[in-house]
Amino acid sequence: MTIKLGVPSKGRLMEKTFDWFGARGVALSRTGSDREYAGAVEGVDGVELVLLSAGEIPRELAAGRIHLGVTGTDLIREKLGRWDMQVGELAELGFGQADLIIAVPNAWVDVDTLDDLDAACAAFRAEHGFRLRIATKYHRLVREFLRDHGVADYQLVDSQGATEGTVKNLTAEAVADITSTGETLRANHLKLLSDGLVLKSQATLFKSRAAPLSDQDRKRLDQLIDLLQV
Amino acid sequence: MPQRAKIRARAEDLRQGFEAVGATRVETAVLQPAETLLDLYGEDIRGRAYVTSDALRGEQMLRPDFTVPVVQMHMEHGAEPARYTYSGKVFRRQEDDDSRDNEYVQVGYEVFDRENPAAADAEVFDLIRGAVNHLDLRCATGDIGILKAAVQGLETTERRKAALLRHIWRPRRFRSLLDRFSGRVAVPASRVALLAQDDPMDHGFADIGLRSQTEVAARIEALREDADAAPIAAGQVALLDQLLNVRETLPNALEHLRDIAVDMPAITEAVFCLEDRIRALAARGIDVETLEFEASYGRSQMEYYDGFVFGFYAGARPDLPPVATGGRYDALTRVLGQGREIPAVGGVIRPGLLVLLEGAE
Repeated sequence: MTIKLGVPSKGRLMEKTFDWFGARGVALSRTGSDREYAGAVEGVDGVELVLLSAGEIPRELAAGRIHLGVTGTDLIREKLGRWDMQVGELAELGFGQADLIIAVPNAWVDVDTLDDLDAACAAFRAEHGFRLRIATKYHRLVREFLRDHGVADYQLVDSQGATEGTVKNLTAEAVADITSTGETLRANHLKLLSDGLVLKSQATLFKSRAAPLSDQDRKRLDQLIDLLQV
Repeated sequence: MPQRAKIRARAEDLRQGFEAVGATRVETAVLQPAETLLDLYGEDIRGRAYVTSDALRGEQMLRPDFTVPVVQMHMEHGAEPARYTYSGKVFRRQEDDDSRDNEYVQVGYEVFDRENPAAADAEVFDLIRGAVNHLDLRCATGDIGILKAAVQGLETTERRKAALLRHIWRPRRFRSLLDRFSGRVAVPASRVALLAQDDPMDHGFADIGLRSQTEVAARIEALREDADAAPIAAGQVALLDQLLNVRETLPNALEHLRDIAVDMPAITEAVFCLEDRIRALAARGIDVETLEFEASYGRSQMEYYDGFVFGFYAGARPDLPPVATGGRYDALTRVLGQGREIPAVGGVIRPGLLVLLEGAE
């Protein structure tokens, strides 16, 4: 058996992850053609690279099909119930920073806090006959956040991309999405709620609590963890 | 007998017992239109109920309770007065606690009757209690109607009262609103700044989305009214706190509430209702002298109840959910009745917990 390490399969997240491991003496690389999702690991024995979509890494860790995985805290918390029972956080990698926030149109000058949003929701429902729509792909995190802060009379509508455009397109009244610089929000005439930070996320190395380990695997995993100094 | 079969048999017995005292047996669909439940409970229900869907009917939920479909059925074509009983499975999604069951059997008894609400309250309580009384259970009772009356009686703006009533089932939110309306917590700086502007609507931002600038202006008007309104007097907040903290045996609680009603006359009518209920309970032979009453009971879990509420708990097993719960839900019939309404009260038992606790004795 080998230790399976799940890493995002494309883009900046993959490159930065390769850099982070490389700086610690573990060289990760893609092999074969540009389009083939195969990888190699050098500098440590018995570790296999598994290239996956970042969104699938939480599920694979929870199922124990990979031993280690790099993904965002946001995805782990959104997708796994009682996440800390299923995976362990080994190290924050210092990149991929993004905040899950709630944003409303700039023109809502009366809304700055969750308290304002709640009042706007009540009035909106009375006026329009349906619950104010918040577009997001982070259903569980946003729902729990709004419940804990006592916001009612809203509904979450699913948006898997171009979420900031939903308000202008009249498919939602507000959005809950990941932002790093806020530029996309500004370009779409949206502003953050001052107390609407749902979660601060960054790329993080997680370990599965479910993956089976032989004695040899356990030794290899310990060696790798030593090498990475996490 | 295997556990599931035992629970099923126990459920049949309970339901037949309710039929024997005059309830009509009803069945409801397992799949319920999600929209109705979402509009009623809000988005939070998604965390507690299983959602499924198909391309024809859209989103549906595995019934998280029977009350809503039974009320709908009665409002559509029920004769009055009516008494219903049912037994079957309900489904509750669990996201944080895997020791809690995600499907279990409920047996219920529901009364739709305009005549004598106090007698109907007592009838439901007595029948549910009769079914679980052989176990050593702790009983809690309360009355959301008294709380609502107290809020409605506050000397403040209608808007503030409406905001407090809307959050009566969310105690933390209720408290933070009350703190602000009574001036115990400062108004957020962003709101002060907004209201200090000569014309906050002259902002130059792009007007996007369905929520119109007229709605924004209306809310600013509401904020101005709120800023100009006097804070809710400290004495009134103290009375409300006193009321929320009432927790004693029924006769003592009644005395205490009568004292509070002297300074808070708005609750007088609701306290009379409590008195009628105590009399009706006593008339059915229930020992009201030892029955516990908690004014805050039912605020965090039982969101559609708006009058009498009760629950039976296994004192020795605080880890278990209540064995039986119930209450009055007049407002629910109004929401689901499309213009019609009828006073209604009901209760449910979990036979699975009965079997479990009986086995432990």
